[in-house]
Amino acid sequence: MLEIKGLSINYGGIEAVRDISFVVPSGQIVTLVGANGAGKSSTLRSIIGLVKAKSGSIKLAGKELMGSSTDEIVRNGITLVPEGRHVFPDQTVLENLKIGAYLRKGNLDEDIEKVYSIFPRLKERSWQAAGTLSGGEQQMLAVGRALMANPKLIMMDEPSLGLAPIIVNEIFEIIKRVNEAGTTVLLVEQNANMALHVADKAYVIENGRITIEGTGKELLKDERVKKAYLGTTA
Amino acid sequence: MISYLLQQLLNGLSLGGAYALIAIGYTMVYGILRMINFAHGDEFMMAGYFMIFSLAVFPWYFAIPFVILCTIVLGVVIERVAYKPLRNAPRMSVMISAIGISYLLQNLANYLFTAMPQSYPQIDILKHVYTFGNISVSRVTIIAPVLTIVLTFLLIMLVNHTKLGMAMRACSKDQETARIMGIKVDNIITTTFVIGCGLAAVGSILYFTDRNTVQPYSGSLPGLKCFVAAVIGGIGNIQGAVIGGFIVGICQIVITAMGYSVFSDAFTFALLVLILIFRPSGLFGEKAVQKV
Repeated sequence: MLEIKGLSINYGGIEAVRDISFVVPSGQIVTLVGANGAGKSSTLRSIIGLVKAKSGSIKLAGKELMGSSTDEIVRNGITLVPEGRHVFPDQTVLENLKIGAYLRKGNLDEDIEKVYSIFPRLKERSWQAAGTLSGGEQQMLAVGRALMANPKLIMMDEPSLGLAPIIVNEIFEIIKRVNEAGTTVLLVEQNANMALHVADKAYVIENGRITIEGTGKELLKDERVKKAYLGTTA
Repeated sequence: MISYLLQQLLNGLSLGGAYALIAIGYTMVYGILRMINFAHGDEFMMAGYFMIFSLAVFPWYFAIPFVILCTIVLGVVIERVAYKPLRNAPRMSVMISAIGISYLLQNLANYLFTAMPQSYPQIDILKHVYTFGNISVSRVTIIAPVLTIVLTFLLIMLVNHTKLGMAMRACSKDQETARIMGIKVDNIITTTFVIGCGLAAVGSILYFTDRNTVQPYSGSLPGLKCFVAAVIGGIGNIQGAVIGGFIVGICQIVITAMGYSVFSDAFTFALLVLILIFRPSGLFGEKAVQKV
């Protein structure tokens, strides 16, 4: 579905991402794992058009999106759940969901109900300002908001960041459920263990380059991955 | 005595209404760009000149919309030329650019229209005078506060209950996330300038009709006072700006009426100092609480 070829991104003269290529097949969960500053977030940000890439190609279902504006990219069916959640704190939960569907026309009630069925806790807090939610609830809202755009591909940047372990499990359950409902997922995580367990396909990024790739299971067994990212030695 | 007080109160409300409409422009632009558009007062001054020229050609019912349109075009062009290229620059750069535009407009007006005060045309329907006993008021004195309140109400409805308003609020809080939602942030910023300049043009008509002359520096002091009004109300807050506008306008008239007109400007800025010391976020300002 999503095909990245030879993507390079420069930040003020520093190459954050160097010539990476990967594919996100339709219906799968693909994860990019790697340390802080490896270039994972930059990759997502350039796919959604927030950062201009230096070179390369970004194709969604065969359509070149490189150089398109963010609103065009969203219109084409890609959404991003940003790192740090970034819900609109003064607006209600319901309004946050409506903003997620900004580019869509017509009645949203059905979609809102669908999101509420995935996240019953958001329904209870429908009229609450998003800033008053707990971190986990805000993360759910951020995911729900992204789903409101009815995306083909949902990208998530560090959804487990700063959340309690029990909530992290819940978030990953939700990621699986979202995927089972038919949305392709591109997940960026530092929590390699969790990410590799849910992922169909995984790529390890180091210093802006893809160094290891394989299925989630393969990478869980890979000695290099174990040593560097899972903190276990065989 | 009572009629004198009432007369002055009406004048204060009228001036306050004009100030409020201009203050909304400051507050909205601050809300979305986090910068103070120092050129706003000079856009208001230019609106005064636009009226002089358009009323020389058109009847009033064409001239008024035409002036509003010209002011909007001026404001949008300024935004495109002087602020948009600096979108990723530090906020201070944009502010300095705004100061530059302010001086540019003043000097341009000076060059094009000379420094001589030009007499502001009489718009007959606004100048009609009513007399109640000892009080005599022109129609504009009554229209100004009413129109201000109606326009403010419409604006608040727009901001709180429409999709456009939702996008505006989203952009003012978090531009990058708004962009991820598919909102065209530049269009929303342009819309903000359209609304701000449109209201400044209306404010300019109300203000100059009561004051009779326009000169190149006419926008400078009222502009600063309206900025003060926006700060008093809590910058970024529309209702606050309107209430601030009325406070500044009424205070100015009351002090003048008491015979201390020399101090009326000083009082406005003393008020600013007091607000900044005791209530820096203004009467209705956003509280700077951040949950991480």
